[in-house]
Amino acid sequence: VRFVPAGDLAVSVEFDETISVGVNTSVRALDYLIGAKGVDGLLETVPSFRALLVYYDPAQTSYDALCDTLRALAAQSDSAVLPPPRQVELPCCYDDPELGFDLAGAAARLALSLEEVVTLHTGFEYLIYFVGFTPGLPYMDSPERLTIARLDTPRTKTPPGSVSIGGAQCCIYPLDSPGGFWVLGRTPLKLYDPGAAEPTLLRAGDRVRFRRIDRAEFDAIAAAVEARTYRPVIR
Amino acid sequence: VIRILDAGPLTTIQDTGRVGQLRFAIPPSGPVDRRAFVIANRLAGNADNAAGLECTLMGPRFEAQAVCAMAVTGATMPVTVNGAQAPAWATIALKAGDVVKLGAAKSGVRAYVAFSGGIDVPVVLGSRATYVRGRLGGLDGRALKRDDVLKLLPVTAPAPARRTREVPEYTNEAELRVVIGLQADRFTKDGIAALLGNPYEMLPQSDRMGARLKGPKIDHVKGHDIISDGIPFGGIQVPGDGQPIVLLVDRQSTGGYTKVATVCSFDIPRLAQVKPGGRVTFRAIEVAEAHSLSREDAVSLARAVMEGP
Repeated sequence: VRFVPAGDLAVSVEFDETISVGVNTSVRALDYLIGAKGVDGLLETVPSFRALLVYYDPAQTSYDALCDTLRALAAQSDSAVLPPPRQVELPCCYDDPELGFDLAGAAARLALSLEEVVTLHTGFEYLIYFVGFTPGLPYMDSPERLTIARLDTPRTKTPPGSVSIGGAQCCIYPLDSPGGFWVLGRTPLKLYDPGAAEPTLLRAGDRVRFRRIDRAEFDAIAAAVEARTYRPVIR
Repeated sequence: VIRILDAGPLTTIQDTGRVGQLRFAIPPSGPVDRRAFVIANRLAGNADNAAGLECTLMGPRFEAQAVCAMAVTGATMPVTVNGAQAPAWATIALKAGDVVKLGAAKSGVRAYVAFSGGIDVPVVLGSRATYVRGRLGGLDGRALKRDDVLKLLPVTAPAPARRTREVPEYTNEAELRVVIGLQADRFTKDGIAALLGNPYEMLPQSDRMGARLKGPKIDHVKGHDIISDGIPFGGIQVPGDGQPIVLLVDRQSTGGYTKVATVCSFDIPRLAQVKPGGRVTFRAIEVAEAHSLSREDAVSLARAVMEGP
């Protein structure tokens, strides 16, 4: 691991410069160990693909002492230290072109049928590498066969809940935002709800599966979510 | 109780911000100029993290509906109480019915208003700070508007009269100390020399998320994309156009653009007060020096406020 100062209040703990489940597991294991053991002067951490950004209070710890502690924890950071992940089931409607408006285009680009794309997409267990950029947005891996170049022309608006693929990743947009990913379907769940006691649904390390629902079930769940009576399936 | 008569273009409720939520990509929010904010609270007899107002370029007009103490700091916005001039950077006693107005900023960008007790809005994820983009915290997650009513938390004793030893001068120019990195190796020598050797102009598109600057191009070695990673407070992101963006309190938690350096936290208050068209320069220091300057800054803040009218 490498330690790179990020100004006077943070240090970036960097693992191998690649996107992989193995490297990201080290990041999350270090994050977990920090939370479990506690580190003097440490304020908060931000995991990402291959780095952990550690915010600290320089009045409470010296930079060298902090790095020494983190180095010792990083040496133990592997999958063995992590508790079992949460399993999250996300309902997703692929069967309405109004919601999954890029499904046909993605299928054509991948030389697959619509059914094959949906079967591949629902048959995979996704790892959330981390949540980042805008509130509640999960960065996930994706089935290899669904690896696809991003849209030639990014769209300026993607509706909230859009389940999409781009590169070797799957992503869900929590808020109306610009995007260059192919939208295969939409989940009626809110990934970010500022009025909820826990505004964000997903966390780094969660395992996600998509459950195929039809438009009628989509509308029913969306109504229950709006009424705050829907309980997401998290094990 | 405070009733808003005119909100001004962007007035939000802030406390010192949210800690521990960046992992869910919820930013800390809080005041951009933390120093001026904290001083306002101390002048009003509050704890540093009491909720007050951040006012941008033009202040609000409001009515106090009960006795309270108030203090205004930050950008130089002329303060009047019932039309009569009142001092900034000092405790002001208000009685029921007093109408306070903060005018347009003569210098600086962001003014802070603290009320004794602090503003009473719900604590969301550990903080009362408003994050407007995420519709979170403050008053319904939004900027203030006309006819909003702000309750104040009770005080145990009236705030004594206080003032500051010095009033900062906002000259619309600031030298900012930076620590090089996180991706210094992704920039050419000339690129980093450009950053450290030239003034950069503040652009009007700047906001609480980031200060957008314009100046000589900061050249990359090979492209501007990185594997997305965490963006520190003050991180200077440089996208493909070579123009720097200093990321602030409402920043995105992570990003995929190269970062050339990080502005030290104790210099962000001065950056916060540079108007569009104003200029900033950057000077590189090592982490050890940054921490020694940070200690000096804490000492100077601790003695900024003195007793007496």
